[in-house]
Amino acid sequence: MRLEIKDLTVRVGGFVLSDFSLAVAEGECVALMGPSGCGKTTLMEAVCGLRSGGVLSGRILLGGVDLTDLPPGARMIGLVPQDVALFPTLTVREQLEFGPKLHRWDRDEMRDRVEGLASDLGLSQLLDRLPKGLSGGEARRVALGRALALRPRLLCLDEALSGLDEARHDEVLQVIRKMIDREGVTALHVTHSRREANAIADRVVVMGPREA
Amino acid sequence: MLFLIVVLIAYVGMLALMVGANVLTVSWQDIGKVLRDPDIQRSIKLTVVTCTATAILSVLVAVPLAYLLSRYHFRGRAFIDTILDIPILLPPLIVGLSLLILFNRVSPSTCCGMMAGGLWLAAFVGFLWRVKGSGRAMIPGSLLFLGGLFAVAAVLTRGAGSLEEVTSGFGLPMTFHPLGIVLAQFPVAAAFAVRTMRTTFDQISPRYEEVAMTLGCHRGQAFTRVVLPLAGKGMVAAGTMAWARSLGEFGPVLIFAGATRGRTEVLATSVFLEINIGNLPGAAAISLLMIVLAVVILMIVRFFVGRGGAI
Repeated sequence: MRLEIKDLTVRVGGFVLSDFSLAVAEGECVALMGPSGCGKTTLMEAVCGLRSGGVLSGRILLGGVDLTDLPPGARMIGLVPQDVALFPTLTVREQLEFGPKLHRWDRDEMRDRVEGLASDLGLSQLLDRLPKGLSGGEARRVALGRALALRPRLLCLDEALSGLDEARHDEVLQVIRKMIDREGVTALHVTHSRREANAIADRVVVMGPREA
Repeated sequence: MLFLIVVLIAYVGMLALMVGANVLTVSWQDIGKVLRDPDIQRSIKLTVVTCTATAILSVLVAVPLAYLLSRYHFRGRAFIDTILDIPILLPPLIVGLSLLILFNRVSPSTCCGMMAGGLWLAAFVGFLWRVKGSGRAMIPGSLLFLGGLFAVAAVLTRGAGSLEEVTSGFGLPMTFHPLGIVLAQFPVAAAFAVRTMRTTFDQISPRYEEVAMTLGCHRGQAFTRVVLPLAGKGMVAAGTMAWARSLGEFGPVLIFAGATRGRTEVLATSVFLEINIGNLPGAAAISLLMIVLAVVILMIVRFFVGRGGAI
């Protein structure tokens, strides 16, 4: 779905992201780049509804629907955070089922979705494992699957590939791109790497440095 | 390095000598005698029951309070944090004396009136902070409303007698009663439980809750489905800590619940009573029993908290 951010101003502590506007076409993947502290993560958190108290002005529209005042769970946005944040007490299967269960999906539909995602992401053999035993690349794929399980209208990837070695990085990058295409989901991808941005995104947006 | 070793030996040696002195004073016969004494058996039972009740109560209070302090950043948080530490710093006798006065000299109406006044003052301060526009205040409207409820309760309970009379009327006598033991143990035990839970929640990344919320949880669901399972070991540690604190609580129990043999006697008061009648070996035997309990508790805490923190 088309994402429109109009004149968004967000305050987090002493930091203010001022009058930011961006439009992302349906099915497009946009990479957000910029120096540290320019507000990339703040923007992504605001889009996901995690900084709703800090949004001072502006609107966030997804598919024409105004999300600005909606709680995070009602936005249908999948988030893959930088630290992955897999729930430590849940198995891979339970991570993937987390969203569908909350939304009371039909049992068969949920099983088909989870097994389909596990197959696409190469997680079929890991479904009963806890996050503790997963490699960095596997953990990223699980986090991606968890974010996609609900068929979100927007996928937000917040430096989701940081900390991976080169081989794993490229492997997970390809998986993400494949999944974005397969699911046809609009995506915002925050990264520091120009190479990563070019490899994954249809368009790169560079945010300016923080204003003094 | 030598200095460090000397300090270590001096401190550990002092602890070992203290325990050793107890051991030297006690024979197996003394321990057997103490364990067969019906009063001490009742004391052990009452100690286990009251410590367990206090520990459960402490964890129930500590979990929401610690979560509030760990996750919400609001004006006055440091003040509340300090207030929660007061029971730890307060001389134990004062905790007991304060409870005694509260239950026997103060009416429910006065209690409610004081609560109303406190909440309205907090609402006023919160309102001033909000007006200054320098951050979020602690929801002045809610405080005002709660203060109003207490004010109404103050009016309705006028002439109801003392707090003790009211609780006794409901079949829950406190002063010089076993229930009072739990109340006397609770303030300090809860303060330790809050500290432990606060550390636990601080170690759990808020990112888990944020991700859970994007997946459809509201904050309460994120807490119960994601945070609480992660805080399980911390809760056990907090409960164990509260249990251990309650075990050693003597001053407040003595003042508020008394030391009536076979009625409000817990192990700490048993030691006191045995010394009072000049039975030093008996007192030392009970002390040894408490030391063993404390060591077992310490090992449980170390098992849960020492290995990999709260999670």
